[in-house]
Amino acid sequence: MNKVMSNKWFITLYLLPALLLLTVLIFIPLLLTGYYGLMSWDGIGAMSFIGLDNYINVVQDATFWQSAGHSFLLALFSTLSLLLYLAVSLILASKIKGANVFRKVYLIPMLLSSVAIAQLWIKIYNPSNGMLNTMLGWIGVENPPLWLADPSIVLYSIFIPILWQYAGFYILIYYAALKGIPETIIEAAKIDGASPLQIALRIKLPLIMGVIKVTIVLAVVGSLKYFDLIFVMTGGGPNGASEVMASYMYKLAFGSYNFGYGSAVGFALLVITLIVTYIVRRLTANKEDIQY
Amino acid sequence: MNKKKAITLMSTCSLVSLLAVGCSNGSGGEASNGGAETIEFMHLWPQGSSAEHHRIVNEIVADFEEESGISVDMQVLSNEQYKDQITILSASNSLPDVGMTWAAGYLDPFVEGNKFAPLDDLLEDGLREEFVAGTLEAYEKEGETYGLPLELNTVYIYYNKSIFDDYQLEVPETYEEFEQVINTLKEENVNPIALGNGDRWTGSMWYMYFADRIGGSETLTSAIDRSGSFEDEALVEAAAKIQEMVENDSFVSGFNGLADEEAKSMFMNEQAAMYMIATWDLPNFTTNEDIPQEFRDSVGYFTFPTVDGSGDAKSYVGGPGVGLFISEDSDVKEESKQFATYFVEQWGERAVSEAGVLPATTVDSDALDLPDMYVDVLNDLNEATNLTLYADVQMSAATAQTHLDLIQSLFGLEITPEEFAEANENALADE
Repeated sequence: MNKVMSNKWFITLYLLPALLLLTVLIFIPLLLTGYYGLMSWDGIGAMSFIGLDNYINVVQDATFWQSAGHSFLLALFSTLSLLLYLAVSLILASKIKGANVFRKVYLIPMLLSSVAIAQLWIKIYNPSNGMLNTMLGWIGVENPPLWLADPSIVLYSIFIPILWQYAGFYILIYYAALKGIPETIIEAAKIDGASPLQIALRIKLPLIMGVIKVTIVLAVVGSLKYFDLIFVMTGGGPNGASEVMASYMYKLAFGSYNFGYGSAVGFALLVITLIVTYIVRRLTANKEDIQY
Repeated sequence: MNKKKAITLMSTCSLVSLLAVGCSNGSGGEASNGGAETIEFMHLWPQGSSAEHHRIVNEIVADFEEESGISVDMQVLSNEQYKDQITILSASNSLPDVGMTWAAGYLDPFVEGNKFAPLDDLLEDGLREEFVAGTLEAYEKEGETYGLPLELNTVYIYYNKSIFDDYQLEVPETYEEFEQVINTLKEENVNPIALGNGDRWTGSMWYMYFADRIGGSETLTSAIDRSGSFEDEALVEAAAKIQEMVENDSFVSGFNGLADEEAKSMFMNEQAAMYMIATWDLPNFTTNEDIPQEFRDSVGYFTFPTVDGSGDAKSYVGGPGVGLFISEDSDVKEESKQFATYFVEQWGERAVSEAGVLPATTVDSDALDLPDMYVDVLNDLNEATNLTLYADVQMSAATAQTHLDLIQSLFGLEITPEEFAEANENALADE
């Protein structure tokens, strides 16, 4: 087998199908999107070339920057919530009773589709007969918040289901990484008299730092292009208060029949995501990861 | 060594065959079905959400196939998916031969892009006279008709008779009486009006009625077609009336975050006394067996009240719903026209009696055994003095989005009536 793997022809042959698929399904559409951004096009009739007008408009579009702001807020929130996931994983990975049950409980949201989660939370947030406000009513809250209707809090109302939705995914990753740490290292630390907190902070976290970095990139990139839950729950409303870059792009292309401009927004989204990913990678790329 | 070779060989073979399969599928091309013509037909009434519509479509298609020997290949999508799909198909020049479209502003890009076939030749042999006046016109662009309307809807306020009886409330005829009804309901801790303004067009209908009653039937329409202005005093006042109602807590709390479906379910679960919607929901209040009989019996309707002594109660907001288009690029245009004509005629006969849908073609209500509410609505339609097409349908897609966003801000008390009018005017002027 080693001989095969060192044969350049075989390497090419094995990589080719994936490369072909990526080119056809990802790279060509990406370039096309950038190209459509140069057009005035309603998505149906003929295209006409208008140069960089769409891109210039994107840069000057207050609504775009507002939705970009919401996307960044979501990215920040997702990154912070990684701390919570990490804490949960550290507890689960230490030998507590029922860890298996908890692990499965946290995984369940991951098994549901985004639309189902959105529908569930729409019901929970219903201002007059939803679970949340009914419970607030029991404890005597007179004017409970209008979770999805109040522009000042709608974004945060949506963050909660997103936190809930991705908990299982990240906890699973962290859990697996923590379980991969050799028991002998922990044993040695215990013998040296390290407290559980010290073990967690000084030994376990540094050892899984590589994984943590990957999850930060995943969380940031995932947040910047986040779409589905927001689209189903509020459609970006009320009045743009929960609009993110991807939902704005969708609205332009399919709601306003402005495919050219929508494509430009989509391309801007790509560029922003690439830049942010690069920055995040630079920030998290310090010295070599600890090997064991 | 032999084993390694075998593995190499096997994996190479599998890889090559995988590529080969991929290629052969790609070049496969279209299948033909032995001579008989096939029409592709796309509609937006899935079995789940529109069971009756779905059933009748299937019946009509089956009958047509039997009579004509032409087969019909159907594709069914739900409303929002349908809208996305039709745009994508249109952009790639692969529209179905016959499909459904909306009227007025929605048609523009399709007509300008030469995607829909003009249908006037098809209307010549008496078909034109079958349609209710005003419906076919909504599908006209520059003197040519591009769609055959299937539905006609008018907007009413539905109310729960048993709730009204409990508090000795009368159906309001003026805005003042309407306010009193709302105030009484609030005092009794009943939600007055269910509204799902997360969808925004729901709020637009309330606005349109105020505009109609205060400014008359022409003001809003002429503001949209640019013969008038959105900053007309009546249109500003209509916006002010909306905010007056919001400030008076007339609508259920959190309406800006509710979908229309949620508002509807509040009304249907008797958690709100009133609900404004178009007649497409009539089946839920009359014939739909899934809804408890007791509830259906307790639903009544009234037209939007007059405001400050002005307004014509026989002037309605409404218009045709979906209509059929025929693709300009269709290979089977003649057969498609035959099918579209057949469909419209059959639909007119079966829609009211079987699905409880008001068709865009005229119906002889005496000859049919219909629930009382249908007969009343059909009579109202006969006496209607005006039918104002939904504002967002009249506008182009981009302006409609702006208008709908503004509606949400207006209801959310984020902008003043003057700002609302000005922003609408600017959006329309920028066209």
